[in-house]
Amino acid sequence: MSYIRPNFRHPELATNELGYSRRDYEGSLSTLCAGCGHDSISAAIIQACFENAVPPHKVAKISGIGCSSKTPTYFLNKSHGFNSVHGRMPSVATGANLANRDMIYIGVSGDGDSASIGFGQFAHVTRRNLNMLYIVENNGCYGLTKGQDSATADVGSASKKGVPNPYEPIDLCTTALQMGATFVARSFSGDKAQLVPLIKAAIAHRGFAFIDVISPCVTFNNTAKSTKGYEFIRDHMAATGKMDFVPVRQEITADYTPGFTQEITLHDGSVIHLYKQDAKLLATDRDSALRAVQEHKARGEVLTGLLYIEPDDPDFHEIQATVKKPLRDLDASDLCPGQRALEAINSNLR
Amino acid sequence: MQRIEAVNDFVIRFANVNGTGSASANNMFAKAVFRMGIPVSPKNIFPSNIQGLPTWYEVRVSEKGYLGSRGGVDFMVAVNPQSMQQDVDCVEPGGYFFYDNTKPLDIRYQRSDVNYIGIPLTDICRREYADPKQRQLFKNVIYVGALSALLDLEFGVLKDLVAEQFKGKEKLVAPNIHALELGYQYAVENFKCPLSVRLERRDAVGEKILMEGNAAIGLGAIYGGATVAAWYPITPSTSVVEAYEKYANRLRIDPGSGDKKFAIAQAEDELAAMGMVVGAAWNGARAFTATSGPGVSLMSEFLGLAYFAEVPVVLVDVQRAGPSTGMPTRTQQSDLFAAAYASHGDTKHILLFPADPKECFDMAAQSFELADQLQTPIIIMTDLDLGMNDNMSEPLEWDDSKNYDRGKVFTAEQLDAMKERFGRYLDIDGDGICYRTYPGTHPEKGAFFTRGTSRDEYAIYTESSDAYVANMERLLRKFETAKSYVPAPEFIPAAESTKDGIIFFGTSTAAALEAMDMLAANGTHLDGMRVRSFPFNKEVEDFIAAHDRVFVVEQNRDGQLRKMLIVECDIDPKKLLSVRYYGGMPITARHITSQIHQLKGGATVTKIRRKAG
Repeated sequence: MSYIRPNFRHPELATNELGYSRRDYEGSLSTLCAGCGHDSISAAIIQACFENAVPPHKVAKISGIGCSSKTPTYFLNKSHGFNSVHGRMPSVATGANLANRDMIYIGVSGDGDSASIGFGQFAHVTRRNLNMLYIVENNGCYGLTKGQDSATADVGSASKKGVPNPYEPIDLCTTALQMGATFVARSFSGDKAQLVPLIKAAIAHRGFAFIDVISPCVTFNNTAKSTKGYEFIRDHMAATGKMDFVPVRQEITADYTPGFTQEITLHDGSVIHLYKQDAKLLATDRDSALRAVQEHKARGEVLTGLLYIEPDDPDFHEIQATVKKPLRDLDASDLCPGQRALEAINSNLR
Repeated sequence: MQRIEAVNDFVIRFANVNGTGSASANNMFAKAVFRMGIPVSPKNIFPSNIQGLPTWYEVRVSEKGYLGSRGGVDFMVAVNPQSMQQDVDCVEPGGYFFYDNTKPLDIRYQRSDVNYIGIPLTDICRREYADPKQRQLFKNVIYVGALSALLDLEFGVLKDLVAEQFKGKEKLVAPNIHALELGYQYAVENFKCPLSVRLERRDAVGEKILMEGNAAIGLGAIYGGATVAAWYPITPSTSVVEAYEKYANRLRIDPGSGDKKFAIAQAEDELAAMGMVVGAAWNGARAFTATSGPGVSLMSEFLGLAYFAEVPVVLVDVQRAGPSTGMPTRTQQSDLFAAAYASHGDTKHILLFPADPKECFDMAAQSFELADQLQTPIIIMTDLDLGMNDNMSEPLEWDDSKNYDRGKVFTAEQLDAMKERFGRYLDIDGDGICYRTYPGTHPEKGAFFTRGTSRDEYAIYTESSDAYVANMERLLRKFETAKSYVPAPEFIPAAESTKDGIIFFGTSTAAALEAMDMLAANGTHLDGMRVRSFPFNKEVEDFIAAHDRVFVVEQNRDGQLRKMLIVECDIDPKKLLSVRYYGGMPITARHITSQIHQLKGGATVTKIRRKAG
């Protein structure tokens, strides 16, 4: 079931530049387990959309099947949503985006949805550099079917059932990097300070923005032996650095050690300001990102933060050279060549 | 020796090796006959192979306009040593066997009741051309030249075709015409031309065109306003999207910017292809995909979603012989069940059955209207025979006064004026079709959640049995409504009053019409009905009710159309007699008449027994 929140608004709620309050970005009440990491991610999406002053109805929320895929009901009630079929969110998002390039597409998926049944679609939407935000709410298990290991579970990690997982995990960030994603980040549902600016930057990024968010399953996979539990992630999390997302026209004020700062200007003019932990790490170098993820993994750490960004690669529409006007807004006068063209075709067929 | 005597009424077959450039020469032959005003029906019989295996091209020439396969061969052009035995075997007694006599013909291939036409194609090529590639290519042109003399195929028509074919590459015109002349000269000097099988100019073609069904569908999608095509390559459907792309690159480029008013996504598989179509259609674009049986299996998941979530998608199923990979390059009408009831749970989908290229074009354009009007998948059921062969057809037409009907979609203005709460699945008009909104239409109103799970009339998730059943019943109501939207059947009355009927659809049509004429000539009159869509219109039920027995013709093993008629129209199975051919070649009038004779014979025996008892 989903519930509709009451319409009551406090008259003095803060509003963004469009005049919307944070509550205008909320959704129905969540029906997930209390303490579920996914609810924190929904809250971060709400916060990011509010702060970015995104018109709520210009967002389309698309998901597959699973606990994570239920969450689009719990944010942005003024947006159209599509809870599609298991593992197929990428294809639905691709079609939707082709139909109307002027909207913001937020795809929400899970580790079962993206690393198993939908692994092929995940790989291919990445290759196309579809302009969308793709969030995986990664808890290493299948929640809705009561806790089976998923393909992102680490070797030796044990869920509530207590049996250590014997299979090699699929790392969705390195997969995305290898498939050509132009924005790759990893975060933790418990770290809102890191997650919100990442989502804001990902929405502003033109192209395929992937965020793998470790999001503990409190019911089935939050054990002491799980590498996707709150405790383990808090103890083993390393960050690429601290990141600020600076929307267009806003002045950058912070001042950090030279050599540790990287500035990246996005296609819409907004700026990502990165205060790096490691001077060697270059967020615009795919190989450096791949190496960093692997090195941290070898040390038993989970590297979070912005891993890689390429702001200027053409997105799927630019590759296709489609018209600027959304395809779905073209009418018969734009699309139908009419009888005269048909007569010429007929005469070529005689 | 006996010789078949035939003017403008014969079957000629070309036996070639795949990948040797024979297709364009053979096409030129068919087109030249067509240009002489004589109806033709050319068919490619090709292997699932790119180079090396035997391939055939068969042209039925029929002044009377019978376009179905006939069976048998009157004139065999045998240029493939691999298939020589079967090529000799299928020639009708008194027919002709044209071969390359550079080497003497093996005794095994010699029949006493066949007329042999030996022309030293290899020798001529060796003498004329140094380049081995040219030797191979021009061999094909030389035999067409020889046929020109042997069959009285007008040489001037061939010359015109060569000039058109090499427009822009004029250097190639003269060598091709020279090759035609080489063949022509040899035939004139060595045989009494024309033979007893020959052509004569007529005016039996009128304004008709020769077109592949797949090209007509691709073009129909352009005219119907499709802007998104997502697909995965599979024979025999590939040329649908290729044609869409070809025509779109000509007809859908923005003149100012050079940008495209369409998008094509070659997906990673058929699941994704249909997913993209669902996403695009949900977001307000007209979108389609094309596939064949194996792809329909994979798309079933999304077809179920589109049915239940009511997303207007268009799917073109170019059928081939199944099950599984089946015979990938052979034709069949065997996906009816798979398409009509695709996906788990209670589902039903709308099917359209085109029978010729004009109808492919019309139905492709119409499918987008129907999808928008009915908010459900529309599946165009064509097949390899119609899709990948040049079929003779009335010319394509478009009514310029027609605008697109996007169905029940609320605009921002309508939402503004609305006082009550918007309900995506509220049946306001009582016809089972509800109002939808495109994403991004209005800042405050009209947003809803699309899902494949059960929901109430406001698109809110529910597990209430009552709400679920009400929704499923409404979907049935919508399917009933669809009967008045889908194309009506075509009625072909018998010359004399009869209680026997015959039902057929799609590519069984040409053979069925010819069979009706053959049977009528022998005193068996049948009223005909060509079914053009599913759900079956009331006219189909009335037709069956008005006859004592009805033969149902189709190209599959299990009599799928017959069974659907029995189940969907609640008809006594004994009343519908199944006539089937499913060997992968197009059905022929001969198949149909012989089976009807047998079925009728059986029926007579039963009646006598009853009288005796």
